Amino acid sequence: MLMPVADDRILARKDEIVRLLRRAVLDGVVIADPAETKAYECDAYTAYTCAPLAVVLPNTTQEVAAVLRVCHEQGVPVVPRGSGTSLTGGALPTADSVVVGMSRMARVLETDIGNRFIRVEAGCTNLSVSKFVEQAGFFYAPDPSSQIACAIGGNIATNAGGAHCLKYGVTSNNLLGVTFVSIEGEILEFGGPFLDAGGLDLLGIICGSEGQLGIVTEATLRILPSPENARPVLFGFETSAQAGACVSDIIRSGTLPVAIEFMDRLVIRATDDFAKANYPDTEALLIVEVEGSIEEIEAQLAIIVAIATSHGAVSVRQSRSAADSANIWKGRKSAFGAMGRLGDYICLDGVIPVSQLSLVLQRITELAATYDLKVGNVFHAGDGNLHPLILFDENLPGQLEKAEALGAEILRLCVDVGGCLTGEHGVGVEKRDLMPLQFSVADLDVQMSVKEVFDPAWRLNPAKVFPLAASADRQVLQ
Amino acid sequence: MSLAPTNESELAEIVAATSEPLRIYGGATKRLLGQTCHGVELTTSGMSGVVTYEPSALTLIVKAGTKLAEIEQLLDENGQRLAFEPIDYCRLLGSLGEATIGGVVACNLSGPRRIQVGACRDFLLGVRFVAGHGKLIKSGGRVMKNVTGLDLTKLMAGSYGTLGVVTEVALKVMPRPETVADIVLHDLSDGDAIRALSQALGSPFGVSGAAHVPNRKLTPLRVEGTEASVKYRLAKLADLLAPMGKAEIRLDASKVSADWRDIRDAGEFAERSGNVWRISVRPSVGPELVEILRRQLPESTALYDWGGGMIWLLVPETQTAQDTVIRQGIANLGGGHATLVRANENARSTVAVFQPMSAGIAKISAGLRRRFDPREIFNRGIMN
Repeated sequence: MLMPVADDRILARKDEIVRLLRRAVLDGVVIADPAETKAYECDAYTAYTCAPLAVVLPNTTQEVAAVLRVCHEQGVPVVPRGSGTSLTGGALPTADSVVVGMSRMARVLETDIGNRFIRVEAGCTNLSVSKFVEQAGFFYAPDPSSQIACAIGGNIATNAGGAHCLKYGVTSNNLLGVTFVSIEGEILEFGGPFLDAGGLDLLGIICGSEGQLGIVTEATLRILPSPENARPVLFGFETSAQAGACVSDIIRSGTLPVAIEFMDRLVIRATDDFAKANYPDTEALLIVEVEGSIEEIEAQLAIIVAIATSHGAVSVRQSRSAADSANIWKGRKSAFGAMGRLGDYICLDGVIPVSQLSLVLQRITELAATYDLKVGNVFHAGDGNLHPLILFDENLPGQLEKAEALGAEILRLCVDVGGCLTGEHGVGVEKRDLMPLQFSVADLDVQMSVKEVFDPAWRLNPAKVFPLAASADRQVLQ
Repeated sequence: MSLAPTNESELAEIVAATSEPLRIYGGATKRLLGQTCHGVELTTSGMSGVVTYEPSALTLIVKAGTKLAEIEQLLDENGQRLAFEPIDYCRLLGSLGEATIGGVVACNLSGPRRIQVGACRDFLLGVRFVAGHGKLIKSGGRVMKNVTGLDLTKLMAGSYGTLGVVTEVALKVMPRPETVADIVLHDLSDGDAIRALSQALGSPFGVSGAAHVPNRKLTPLRVEGTEASVKYRLAKLADLLAPMGKAEIRLDASKVSADWRDIRDAGEFAERSGNVWRISVRPSVGPELVEILRRQLPESTALYDWGGGMIWLLVPETQTAQDTVIRQGIANLGGGHATLVRANENARSTVAVFQPMSAGIAKISAGLRRRFDPREIFNRGIMN
């Protein structure tokens, strides 16, 4: 992975820059000792590492603004960081950059149950938001797999989804407003605890912008009443194609499950060894969850079970209790951890039209065989968001490159069938150079020109999202 | 004479070649929205038709000039619908013609179901548009989740044609529920009504519309789904709202649907003269705001939708400085925004139709317009 060469002039001024950063924060922390900045050398995308020049952990929005003013004036690149759970290197630093970490800004600022919103600082973890409103009978809908650790700020940066976004939508559908600091250090408010602010939908473009436009320090989030009951059912199939066709038909039927999750044999076996969830030993399984009153749930499940049976489901496991439900979800929720025990892996995030599921799974199997690599599949089938996990051995020379090449081919396949490179993980550095698969030069130019309205000098996360070759000339010009 | 390109390349040529500003529209049903705006007329209605419809993937891709009515019929035949329930402005604005999907997207129109399922922009999966330099740009795609690059799709929704001419849109469609019914509370004050709506919206009973009509003292709550589920949830809501007094359950789906179309389109104001504002605030402050505005702008009438968070306000044309009064009222109650959706030409050219922005946001918006439309040819001035 090519990263920009660190600017020697910045490295040479490290002491001066650190002094200015220390002056910018009263309560916040500035980390400059290489032994400590090393902790920030990567996020959950661990294939590449680079410690930053310094790390700042501000305590308030005003401190974030002061820090960005320093970086702006000093011409220092800024890498925003939530909890560092990005799977695409969204928070991967360069040696001349300042990481602005939001971990100390994790306060709940306002809870308004009557008006159905909560306002939190960007460092709050995803799960803590739901926990905070749980007693009142509410929850925050986006539920990425990393929800115990990942920060709301990072969720906004990647427009995070999760298993339940089939019904409730992704972050952008649940985000009402943000407090945002521009690279010049100006504090701006977008949206608020009311719907559809007038003017251009700037909130819409900030969400999913991967730290390219500014730093979100606070967020106003829509909260939803918790369902009366929720119940999953698990189906085993002898082929992935059957499972794929079943997904299409469930969606076509008009029932609206909250989640439809898919796992293939490799992942089933790995999770079963790991989580002992007692999954059937089949080629593919689906977990379908529905919500409502007991009667509503039973009516929906009857339709769904009939569809699965018509597609040849060889195993049907309906939850009969909360313990059953937890058990059904247990394997799915531990899938990524379980796969880690089989070796190193790259987790992809391509999205395809649901109607292409069977075809794409078949092609992935063929591609994996060509590369002589194992690929496990575990993903949000209801919205076509695939997570192929490409297993490899980091200690064998050339394996990472080979796995990356297979990953690129799978993502090209996703784009070719009408899909996209990433559904919820973001582009980061990982898929930066694949962007031309999906976008023309003119498309990317417009996107980069939007970035430049917010960040004319390309200081914010400059080595991410856009192919370095595409942005190089613009960065020099600016 | 209007320019009416029939495909993207014709449109791109027109845009590249024009030396005059363009006044862009689809079916000409919402020409009275926004600030007054002039230019060479250009309609997208020549670019029409379904590109792809995959019911089992909940995906519809159509050209921008496709009539909304055609889309709704096609979806209906397949047991699906546009869940965001776009407002039909023909009645309120007295416009003839038929709305196009391009216009719906350009104005980000969403009806009562906004509170449950999201706005038009939340169902917009991708767009293609011709930008100011005459190049065709695509953003998003046709899939349900997409964080590949900056989300220009959201930016295009609600941009009133100021950033580019949209040629094609991809939408997420949803299953149409088996039936619809509502429960109507009677004789509540605005405050009690909004409290009741909030309570219902805070319940797990899937309220898909929550309105209040002060003139008739009616407070309807809509529920959709299978017949058994609707009956169950109506009974639960009736229990929950029993302390609010008299409640009437209405199961006649066609009558209920017609009434909710009326709520969606602010039908009550269609036949009455006066300026119409759309105000968005936190639901709980709605009644207080309306009380203040009724006092300061006598003979004003309000309708509440979105659980009280969206207020249609009818104000006599003769009330001077109504924009200042309304926006000051909103600011004093913790913020929100107000848009003047119906007014005479004079008012639309002198009053800020859209909520004025802070300096920082205005600067970013202007910067974006310069990048998308460097020659200022698209619906010049319609948003400012």
